[in-house]
Amino acid sequence: MSKLLLKGGRVLDPGTGHDAVADLRIVDGAVAELGDGLSADGAEVVDCAGLWITAGFVDLHTHLREPGGEDAEDIETGSAAAAAGGYTALCPMANTDPVCDSAPVAELVLRRGREVGLVDLFPVGAVTKGSRGEELAEFGDLNRLGIDCFSDDGKPVTDALIMRRALQYATAFDAVITNHAEDSALTADAQMNEGAVSSVLGLPGWPHEAEEVMVARDLILAHGVGARLHVPHVSSRGTVELIRIAKARGVRVTAEVTPHHLSLSDELVSSYDAAYKVNPPLRTAADIEACRRALADGTIDAIATDHAPHPPEQKDQEWEHAPCGMLNLETAFAVVLTELVEPGHIDLLTALARMTTGPAGVRNVAGHGRGIEPGAAANLVVIDPEARWTVEGRSLHSRARNTPFEGRKLTSRPVHTLLRGRFTLRDGKVNA
Amino acid sequence: MSTTAPARLSHLISIEDLSAEQVSLILDTAESLREIAERPIKKVPTLRGRTVCNLFMEDSTRTRISFEVAAKRLSADVINFSAKGTSVSKGESFKDTALTLQAMGVDAIVVRSHSAGAPLQLTRWVDAAVLNAGDGWHQHPTQALLDLFTMRRRLGRLEGLRVAVVGDVLHSRVARSLTQALALVGAEVTICSPPTLAPPNVEVWPGRWTSNMDDALEDVDVLYLLRVQRERMHRAFFPTTREYARLWGVDQARLDRLKDGAIVMHPGPMNRGVEIAADVADAPNAVITDQVTNGIAVRMAALYLLLGGGQPDEDPGGDA
Repeated sequence: MSKLLLKGGRVLDPGTGHDAVADLRIVDGAVAELGDGLSADGAEVVDCAGLWITAGFVDLHTHLREPGGEDAEDIETGSAAAAAGGYTALCPMANTDPVCDSAPVAELVLRRGREVGLVDLFPVGAVTKGSRGEELAEFGDLNRLGIDCFSDDGKPVTDALIMRRALQYATAFDAVITNHAEDSALTADAQMNEGAVSSVLGLPGWPHEAEEVMVARDLILAHGVGARLHVPHVSSRGTVELIRIAKARGVRVTAEVTPHHLSLSDELVSSYDAAYKVNPPLRTAADIEACRRALADGTIDAIATDHAPHPPEQKDQEWEHAPCGMLNLETAFAVVLTELVEPGHIDLLTALARMTTGPAGVRNVAGHGRGIEPGAAANLVVIDPEARWTVEGRSLHSRARNTPFEGRKLTSRPVHTLLRGRFTLRDGKVNA
Repeated sequence: MSTTAPARLSHLISIEDLSAEQVSLILDTAESLREIAERPIKKVPTLRGRTVCNLFMEDSTRTRISFEVAAKRLSADVINFSAKGTSVSKGESFKDTALTLQAMGVDAIVVRSHSAGAPLQLTRWVDAAVLNAGDGWHQHPTQALLDLFTMRRRLGRLEGLRVAVVGDVLHSRVARSLTQALALVGAEVTICSPPTLAPPNVEVWPGRWTSNMDDALEDVDVLYLLRVQRERMHRAFFPTTREYARLWGVDQARLDRLKDGAIVMHPGPMNRGVEIAADVADAPNAVITDQVTNGIAVRMAALYLLLGGGQPDEDPGGDA
């Protein structure tokens, strides 16, 4: 019987809203007891004085690149980054090579995830075969493996009929469809947000309308067939408004926003440093503000990383040739704390909820993202709220180093991460 | 800094990086170098022993030749390096090309790229002075400077000049550089284009914008026409070149409406019959060939100032 006593930490429970210093006893991978002055009783005692204890983070949108893109990341390096970032559950995206459009690919991802053992994986299945947008993938076959979320990721389902059928068919499994929101006719050759900055930089613009047109269509389609839609990486004020209206009208919609769309604006692109190249693109201060408010008021349910590693030789190209994507797993919470919580845009418990219970409400992630109460799986993160550190891409656990936060000073860092009571991160070191 | 010499140039990437004093210095330097072209032996030893690399990632024979002539008239050694299509999948990357040139010890790199921002990136990888010869839709600073030089020579001043810049502004690096340069020297700018070819948030640009050509031409000293690519009509920017020519092109009738002494300019290559009628291109107040001639003097001045001409021991480079 393994026993652990987390002593004297500030327990922040996003499930119940409980926020108090307490001791937490973990027995055999589950929370056994929460209270004051608990005795060791044979347990290993971990001093958590001055630290925060909360539910392990859940990421709805991660690119682990395996199979097929192991030069950028694989399940081992990505899992290590996750553990270091306080995550206990990830949803690896379907845009691998081959695409995760059938059970064998999903089984490979699940098996590799278990072998590495640092984080639980809940793969996202493809909406269409090969993510070509033509024929539906076998949702039922994938659902037998627990997959209840489908996306063609970077490739929007452009055909409205295919999208409608996918939404409708998914209801058989109570699954959710998530569609990369981009009307690609409006974004041909696009390189950055269209606006005052692109105008001066001479880079072809990605207008926010291209996102909003697609979100509006998908909301209407989902409503029509009573299906569940999840809007990925909301980046624009207009999208926020559409989701707000749809929720008020009872559309079964959830939404996520990334740490970078909550903190970085398109002004950064004036360096032409491709670390800032991402899809959807970094937008304006007004868009950031709208996303922050929507996150705080619950219009946006979850913070998702869209962690997207790319090898340095790909990012070290001319802006127009460099691929889109950013590392996020290891910096997500610290960015949220430093850029949103500390300046007062969102309170701490709400921010934690958007990284735990929020995503857990979008799809089934087993025992993750739940409250910290007796009987719950001990998927936890212990954070040092005072830690101050400078982001350095080379020091992160990901194989790639394309962080947009290079050189930034952030506050807070996970010290321990526990997956069913086992340390995946201990004293800041990943425990493989 | 106000009364002393303008800050030394380490690179020439964007007009935005320049002060009005630096622009004046470049134009004045060009003025003194221009007479070299009129000598029987068109060469001075100023940059002897210096190496200038023309790194052209995109074809542009006119601009490359202009830079080559400029460098050679200053006695620099010139290397022409053309490398089209530079994504990693196609071979050597832009960064490796830059590092190669760095290792060869070139003193200046004149870079033309299809990719906006490539010259700025280059400054992070090399010690050589980087001179932007056009990057995507972003900037073409020597074009703007040679245009100012031409206006100043023809009209005797820059401050207070009324200049209309007309055409495909959205896709034009020339328009970005030129409007900024004109604002810097106190000229009054009107930008005119079809609404579909106006840059986004045009209010952040210097000057005012209108889609009405006749309104734009009112009382101008300089009518500056931008090239319009015929392919644009296939992306629904405008219906036909015929309609474009009627609404935004300059024909004899529009030329006649310009006030006395007004000049017509074009960065070339022209689309005769689209943005400019053939007769207009050949009119006495069209100064398009002057622009080409002046381009050499202005590029000589830029190279001279970047490389600290005549003082080969001085470090020409610098960090971005």
